[in-house]
Amino acid sequence: MAKALEGPLEEPLIFDRSREGRAGIGIPTPDVPIVDPHKVLPRLMVREEVKGFPELSELDVSRHFTRLSTLNFGVETGFYPLGSCTMKYNPKLNEEVAGLPGFAGLHPYQGEEMVQGALELTYELEKILEEISGMHAITLHPAAGAHGELTGMLMLAAYYRDRGETRHKVLIPDTAHGTNPASCALGGFTVVPVKTGPDGILTAKEVADHMDDDTAALMLTNPNTLGLFESNIKDISQVMHDKGGFVYCDGANLNAIMGLAKFGEMGVDIVQLNLHKTFSTPHGGGGPGSGPVGVTAELEPYLPKPRIIKTEEGYSYETDRPKSIGRMRAFHSQFTILVRAYAYIRRLGANGLKEASEAAILNANYLKEQLKDTYDLPYDVACMHEAVFSDKHQQERGITTMDIAKRLMDYGIHPPTIYFPLVVPGALMIEPTECEGLDTIDNFVEVMKKISAEDPELVKGAPHTAPRKRIDEIGAARRPRLRWITPEED
Amino acid sequence: MEHPENLKYTKEHEWILIEGESVTVGITDYAQDSLGDVVYLELPDEGDTITSGEPFGVVESVKAVSDLFAPVTGTVSEVNDALVDGPEDINDDPYGEAWMLKIDLDDVAELDGLMSSADYEAYIAEEA
Amino acid sequence: MPYVSHTNQDLMSMLKGLGPDYLNKLRELIPEALRSTSELAIPGGLSEQETDSLLRGIASKNTPVSELSSFLGAGAYDHYVPALVRNLLSRSEFFTAYTPYQPEISQGTLQAGYEYQTLICQLTSMDVSNASLYDGASATAEAVLMALRIKKKATKVLLSAALHPEYREVVRTYLAASDAEIIEIPYDPKSGETSIDELLKLDIEEGDVACLVLQSPNFLGVIEDIAKHTSFIHEKGGLSIGVVVEPLSLGVIMSPGEKDADICVGEAAGFGTPLAYGGPYLGFMGVREKFLRQMPGRLIGETEDADGVRSYCLTLATREQHIRRDRATSNICTNEGLSALAATIHLSSLGKDGFKNLALLNFSKAHYLAKRLRKSRDIFMGFKTTHFNEFTARFALGTDIDMILKRLYDNGILGGINLKKYYSELDRHLLICTTEMNTKADMDLFVKIVFECLEEKPWQKP
Repeated sequence: MAKALEGPLEEPLIFDRSREGRAGIGIPTPDVPIVDPHKVLPRLMVREEVKGFPELSELDVSRHFTRLSTLNFGVETGFYPLGSCTMKYNPKLNEEVAGLPGFAGLHPYQGEEMVQGALELTYELEKILEEISGMHAITLHPAAGAHGELTGMLMLAAYYRDRGETRHKVLIPDTAHGTNPASCALGGFTVVPVKTGPDGILTAKEVADHMDDDTAALMLTNPNTLGLFESNIKDISQVMHDKGGFVYCDGANLNAIMGLAKFGEMGVDIVQLNLHKTFSTPHGGGGPGSGPVGVTAELEPYLPKPRIIKTEEGYSYETDRPKSIGRMRAFHSQFTILVRAYAYIRRLGANGLKEASEAAILNANYLKEQLKDTYDLPYDVACMHEAVFSDKHQQERGITTMDIAKRLMDYGIHPPTIYFPLVVPGALMIEPTECEGLDTIDNFVEVMKKISAEDPELVKGAPHTAPRKRIDEIGAARRPRLRWITPEED
Repeated sequence: MEHPENLKYTKEHEWILIEGESVTVGITDYAQDSLGDVVYLELPDEGDTITSGEPFGVVESVKAVSDLFAPVTGTVSEVNDALVDGPEDINDDPYGEAWMLKIDLDDVAELDGLMSSADYEAYIAEEA
Repeated sequence: MPYVSHTNQDLMSMLKGLGPDYLNKLRELIPEALRSTSELAIPGGLSEQETDSLLRGIASKNTPVSELSSFLGAGAYDHYVPALVRNLLSRSEFFTAYTPYQPEISQGTLQAGYEYQTLICQLTSMDVSNASLYDGASATAEAVLMALRIKKKATKVLLSAALHPEYREVVRTYLAASDAEIIEIPYDPKSGETSIDELLKLDIEEGDVACLVLQSPNFLGVIEDIAKHTSFIHEKGGLSIGVVVEPLSLGVIMSPGEKDADICVGEAAGFGTPLAYGGPYLGFMGVREKFLRQMPGRLIGETEDADGVRSYCLTLATREQHIRRDRATSNICTNEGLSALAATIHLSSLGKDGFKNLALLNFSKAHYLAKRLRKSRDIFMGFKTTHFNEFTARFALGTDIDMILKRLYDNGILGGINLKKYYSELDRHLLICTTEMNTKADMDLFVKIVFECLEEKPWQKP
């Protein structure tokens, strides 16, 4: 972490930096007469000013956000092994091409003849993702992974409605991301939890025990959040299909199986992918992402609008889709995110994608083997792209997962995902990704071992050198202050 | 962890203090300990009726949220509004300052199903 | 291969460390029946230079609005993005970070997010803003779901027919699983406002309606006096949801919050995010404090660290999916963090006066163009109300709007949106938008070509 300034790294709020009358970036000189709103609008509609808006110079603003950036930790700051989030390198080229006027400067309502390149890229990316996932059709419409999940759930509901059937339940394993049950509920389904087997994967028997005529789908993640491949998935799909149900797969962990296995061949009926994980588009401090959804031929008619088709005259939008669930958002897609993902995929190619997955698996397994004598490994088997440890051994010395996470910051490493999945108490979920070299992983292993042996008081007091000491999240929740208050309001 | 003998307990980790046909309700030391630092509490209004086994409120820590289930059926006669404003008392003094509701019972016989302190301790030992 | 750091020597030493049969073990991770046997049928990898030229080639098949003169709005407004915004957003500390779950090393994202929340509250005159939603349409759907949670007994949702058509579609998609009935309230054909008379005619009982959703300026460009509608819905026991698709208008027009709305949502991509063919954009939501617990999305709060230094962190997360799971207020996880940062930088760099002046400039340009167009005896204002930076022009009976648009396009002008596509009765109505990007010369040329076309009346020719 760059500690660029002396003393506590406290940057005033932009509002505290404001000085009355200071001019900002300015606007063009008006070339038309300025209309007084009072002359054309009723008095009670005119707004005089936005109270509290800051007044700063361009330098003030630049300095403020530059200073704020130094308080952040990104993939380029250091190792970021955040499990299930696939924090791989975000190539610079992709940022640059996404910003080309030919992509960034298109209005969504321009005629098709003006945006053939955009339609081509979208269409081609759909085809590529169909090939990688093994699904019949892909939509690039959803804005994020959870948005894709909801798209899938709404499609299932529409499918059953169409057949005059009602099914109320969706089975969800106890290792699932929280978005899974939330998306189910929003889609109108009731969640039925199913238990992960002793090997950390789901058994066909457990699924069969819960599957009935009122169950619409099983929603599982493969590879799952323990970093394990659901090797019974084919049998599980059979169980679901035999009783007229579907298999929804959360494809958040696709990074482990590109070119190695396809969802379509596992019996999966719907899958959502996360371009901001697998295909290197940046996480942006919490988005924007993109959550394409792939489906079987049977479910294709229910895909959201709009769909692109390729004809002899070029690409165009398909207008007649009577069974579609409709729109999930305005306009077409997270378009410039698609541009980045497309550039990434073309740069790697078929082999590169497969090698990326293989390197991700190797890195995770190497890391797991190096750490398993120091940290408890609840499922001691070969893993896919990530490994889940617990703080069981460290707890004997009073050190918890939270303490380890905070102490890692002092060594310039971002903590792994912690306390998830819920089936592992005190979980430390570590995903190194394919991008990291041996030296980085070895250093991480060394630091983890060192922390395990450190004075518990030192670890519990961490972080010591990060921009902040441990932050009081309890106080924040007990007395919520969610915006800056102007001095007059206070 | 303490579970006073003068109180009755439920499987949902609430304690009940019986005073004739009226009871006082809160959550146990065990419950507050497993929740962690409580940051938010939602309770019904005075005069509301609550039904045994149904949720009557919500208690939240930073990382967990839990429904409060009515241990008895009756009418809420008093609500601890101070606790809603400062729910941290649930961690500090679960059996004292952190009482939640006083309830006028519909049927005193309902109390027969509640656990004693010893039964409750056996129950949580088993649950853990 | 690109973006992988292993040397051959590293690979050898890693595999050696894993033991002799490890490679076999790794291969067996995926059951044989499911293991892909053939290579992916996608093209081989490219160098960076080749990728760059491939993507530039595709981009060149598109015609960006910067190469044209665009009068398109309708939910996507072409505003200038200052170099400062682009430059600061390209700092990898911002754009490569994850959601700030570890606040000690995420103060940049968190403080900027807190500033964003504050700016949205100031703009909308609301008490609480979340840290962003996907876009204006999904934010509107989330607001309706929120109203249905708050008004548990209500069975009806009222949507203005002058709400963006795609927003209405998204609300319908999101509500597919809900029992709530959606009723569309027509716009008044004279004023273009959501008809208060039609509202009063509705036979709905108090307590049976969750909300009324009203956009202002609405899709037809008309500024709605939402105070009247708000008092109606409040009398019926429902919530007033104000939708602002062009929030720059809030520099000139009073906000939904000032008109007593309960929830204000909308699209803030116009602040620092490029048009980008419709996404990623920036959904925003501001609400009254009493509805805080029912709000979807992330919230950032102020707190302190162990040394008492002012700090920020994600808070009130028990509403969210990762804790409340199937009972969460929404399933949203990844949102539009970087677009929210862009808006924060853009609004900060405009400042109080810059924002107001930019709003006035947009407003004045649309009034200039409308005034010029009205000089033709074949062009009228679509509605007897005023507008911000977008308005409906009504053409004389028999005018073929598509022919006018074609003529404009032949001259490098995107003339606006033929409203017939969305409202069959508006069959000679053109929706025209002007921003600071449209110069007086552009507008004069627009007028000249439209007038010429009206003179020629090509639609009358056989």
